[in-house]
Amino acid sequence: MVWTGLTALLSHWRRRPVQLAMLLLGLSLATALWSAIQAINGEARASYDRAAAILGQDRIAQLVREDGARIDQQVFVRLRRAGWLVSPVIEGEMRFGDVRLRVLGIDPLTLPPQAQQVDVAAGDELLPFITAPGVLYAAPETAARLTEQATPPVRVAEGLPPGTVLTDIGQAQVLLGAKDKISRLLLWPDQPIGRPPLKVTVPGLTVREPSETGDLARLTDSFHLNLTAFGFLAFAVGLFIVHSAIGLAFEQRRQVFRTLRALGLPTRVLVLLLIAELLIFALLAGLVGVALGYVVASALLPDVAATLRGLYGADVPGTLSIRPAVWAAGLAIAVIGTLVAAAQSLWRLWHLPLLAPAQPRAWARASERALRAQGVTAMVLLLAAAGIAQFGSGLEAGFALLAVLLLGAALALPLVLTGILHLGDRLARGPLAEWFWADTRQQLPGLSLALMALLLALAANVGVSTMVSSFRLTFIGWLDQRLASELYVTARTEAEATAIHDWLVQRSDAVLPIWSIEGRVAGQPAAIYGVADHATYRDNWPILSAVPEVWDRIAKGEGALINEQLARRQGLGLGDQITLPGGWRASIVGVYADYGNPIGQVIIGIDTLVRHYPDVSRLRYAIRIAPGKAEALARGLRAEFGLPAQNVIDQAGIKVFSLEVFERTFNVTAALNVLTLGVAGLAMFASLMTLSGMRLPQLAPVWAMGLTRRHLAWLELSRGLLLAALTMLAAVPVGIALAFVLLAVVNVEAFGWRLPMYLFPGDWARLAALALLAAGLAAVVPAWRLARLSPSDLLKVFAHER
Amino acid sequence: MLLRLHRIDKFYPTGEGPLHVLHGIDLSLEAGKSLALTGESGSGKSTLLHLVAGLDSPDAGEIHLGGTNIVGLNDTALAALRRRTVGLVFQQFNLIPSLNVAANLAFQARLAGRPDPVWLKVLAERLGLAKVLTRYPEQLSTGQQQRVAIGRTLAARPRLVLADEPTGNLDEATGDAVLDLMLSLVAETGAALLMVTHSNRLANRLNARVHLHAGRLA
Repeated sequence: MVWTGLTALLSHWRRRPVQLAMLLLGLSLATALWSAIQAINGEARASYDRAAAILGQDRIAQLVREDGARIDQQVFVRLRRAGWLVSPVIEGEMRFGDVRLRVLGIDPLTLPPQAQQVDVAAGDELLPFITAPGVLYAAPETAARLTEQATPPVRVAEGLPPGTVLTDIGQAQVLLGAKDKISRLLLWPDQPIGRPPLKVTVPGLTVREPSETGDLARLTDSFHLNLTAFGFLAFAVGLFIVHSAIGLAFEQRRQVFRTLRALGLPTRVLVLLLIAELLIFALLAGLVGVALGYVVASALLPDVAATLRGLYGADVPGTLSIRPAVWAAGLAIAVIGTLVAAAQSLWRLWHLPLLAPAQPRAWARASERALRAQGVTAMVLLLAAAGIAQFGSGLEAGFALLAVLLLGAALALPLVLTGILHLGDRLARGPLAEWFWADTRQQLPGLSLALMALLLALAANVGVSTMVSSFRLTFIGWLDQRLASELYVTARTEAEATAIHDWLVQRSDAVLPIWSIEGRVAGQPAAIYGVADHATYRDNWPILSAVPEVWDRIAKGEGALINEQLARRQGLGLGDQITLPGGWRASIVGVYADYGNPIGQVIIGIDTLVRHYPDVSRLRYAIRIAPGKAEALARGLRAEFGLPAQNVIDQAGIKVFSLEVFERTFNVTAALNVLTLGVAGLAMFASLMTLSGMRLPQLAPVWAMGLTRRHLAWLELSRGLLLAALTMLAAVPVGIALAFVLLAVVNVEAFGWRLPMYLFPGDWARLAALALLAAGLAAVVPAWRLARLSPSDLLKVFAHER
Repeated sequence: MLLRLHRIDKFYPTGEGPLHVLHGIDLSLEAGKSLALTGESGSGKSTLLHLVAGLDSPDAGEIHLGGTNIVGLNDTALAALRRRTVGLVFQQFNLIPSLNVAANLAFQARLAGRPDPVWLKVLAERLGLAKVLTRYPEQLSTGQQQRVAIGRTLAARPRLVLADEPTGNLDEATGDAVLDLMLSLVAETGAALLMVTHSNRLANRLNARVHLHAGRLA
């Protein structure tokens, strides 16, 4: 009985291979996009975990300075003498040629066993490790990047995070120019008894408990949440196709269902058989989707890795590893998605009376009550969106707002389109025009899912492109303000820096130091910069709010400027006090825009910086000179000091680099947008193809009454284009609302900056053209088939009804 | 002579080779007259009706309608013929579900460029549809639906009405009432009527009848 029933059910698909292909394709694409995003996120998170776990930071407590500044090495000696089992670590960033790496210096003799990342004492390795020139341990991909750079000998060590080298603390101190300094102390888990308390021995230090997530994971959370949201949107759009294809197949098989039940197949068995059928499809499509997802993820990962490196300084490998958990999750989401998409149809079947009419329930006759219910749901969702916008806070509320807004708008679409088509109907003159509008309205329920998918994809495109273009416009303006100097030079040593400064003073209009230290401000990682009192800053700095005569106060050492993200995250404003590394306090005298920087930044006067941080690295300078003379000066600098090309960069070079980072940041978003639009186009194609078969009974009488097939085909094509155009019109306000939420809520929560919104109607026109092209392509095949249909096929409509 | 068929042959391709469904049919019908076409299922009645309507083309022979041989006309000319010269009444009515009764009634007349509100009103009254003009087809009984289909055809004042089992979907009483109406209205418009039917009883009510058997006129 079961096998016979299943055969009867599956025979439907044998006769409708295109419908089956659309179902499988929709599910595969939805799974592929979702899996790709999860694979990318998984790869990045694994990389952060490796970074967080280095030297056992996720298991061992550490002693650090609260302000993040470096600790005197004497502190280590004092603690050891007091009986504390501690091990010193120094950490910092440095450049080997054109490769920038995180250098980690350890003391192999005191390192706790839990922190043993690499067995540096294996064989005869210890002596070369602790004596000059030392040894650098690096992950294979990092070691490969160092092959052509002048470095101490490099050994490959698996398990180290990419972009990190491990070396002896003494060598690291030399490399980082931090003699007798350490960054932190690892506390052995088991300590001898009878030690004096830490507060007494090292009063300036605090214990940082082991943490499973590092700063990187926290910083990049919003980026990955963004990706996940887009992956989910693409998945949802794909599910529209699946829902549509399954719903249609159920409607087409009502007669089969009735016959099977009349012949004695229990409803329960019928429903189970349909679930089994769906599971077979879900697993098949899931497997294809997961494989496709791997390809998509491999294509996108290099851009994501570059973005994470450029934006957050996070090193993520550019190649994808196979993570069974991610792929199993992809398969699971395919199955869950299919069951969710089929739930409504299964529920209906379960409750269908045996003697219910076997004719396919005409979608075209979907009751107005159902439409009204959908409209009410849409209104409730849009009101909820308004409520969240008013009262919600946090990134999660931002994404909830996006979800509710998009879903509400999608549900409202059929109602809006019905209204517009009613209006068209009323204004139409002539029988064909009236029929066209009325028939389009009647077709709407059958196409509404595909159109809702199209609306989501178009609105996402309008929203994201508005956000990105607004960001780009603001960013370019900001770069012009921020990068006012003509040249930027980085010396290799402090002695060279002094010589360069002296050389430049006679040959340029101004030499402005770019000196900074890193530390923690208000519990957040931050950089503290010192600026000279110069018109470059007074005239150009992108100040958002400031007290009067702010630059005079900075020059006098009477305050600090902070960047927007630090101000927003910590709720800081003008007049508030902040504690800077070293424990001294400053009053906030201004807040400035600092786009593209994930961490906090503080600006103080250069004299104040040097006074509080006499060890600050003094290698970089900005040079002011007449633009026409900049190139000659750069050439002279390189020739005089033998500086590598990358150490003397002109303004344009930095702008190009910054814009490259910017563009790459949104490459992935743009790619996902295009893919989502493609999926929506496919949804429309699938719906039009399947509906085209059901349309013949409606079209054949009109043909019989005197319309040519070609005329009918043109009308069908026009119908597809009209609906796509109306959907595009509806997508614009939804997209603008989406852009507003992204700019005013999500970006502020995720990155800490708020951007002005600019509108780009030209982009919308291009998108509209693309949408019409997609709709045209989707509609042209059914229309072409109609135009080529033989009269005998149309006549079958009348014959079949006997 | 309004309609003249001369040596019409029609084949349908099948898996076992071409199926000869009409064999050298000769037939004629004068303006204002009615002719019943009877025959068992599969005898070729509907095929013949479709050929006359310009919905399909014969493989051999000529079909003269109002003096014009319609065989070989292109798609556009055939469509114009269907709009202006012939009117079709189907067994399944084939109303346009998205239009209400009034719009359905007027549809073909407007397509043909012959809208006549007075005539439409008369038709609606005579067909008993005046009170349901704002309803949609799905809201009508089958008898009402067939009356709308007949009204739609006659509203365009075609010279030839082609009816394919117009009462086949109705019970006997309703069918008789609908047929009475159709015959009297066709007579009023002066159109000729070619009606396909299984029923000898209904066929006998027309001016003449021919019987098709296995694609040949008996």
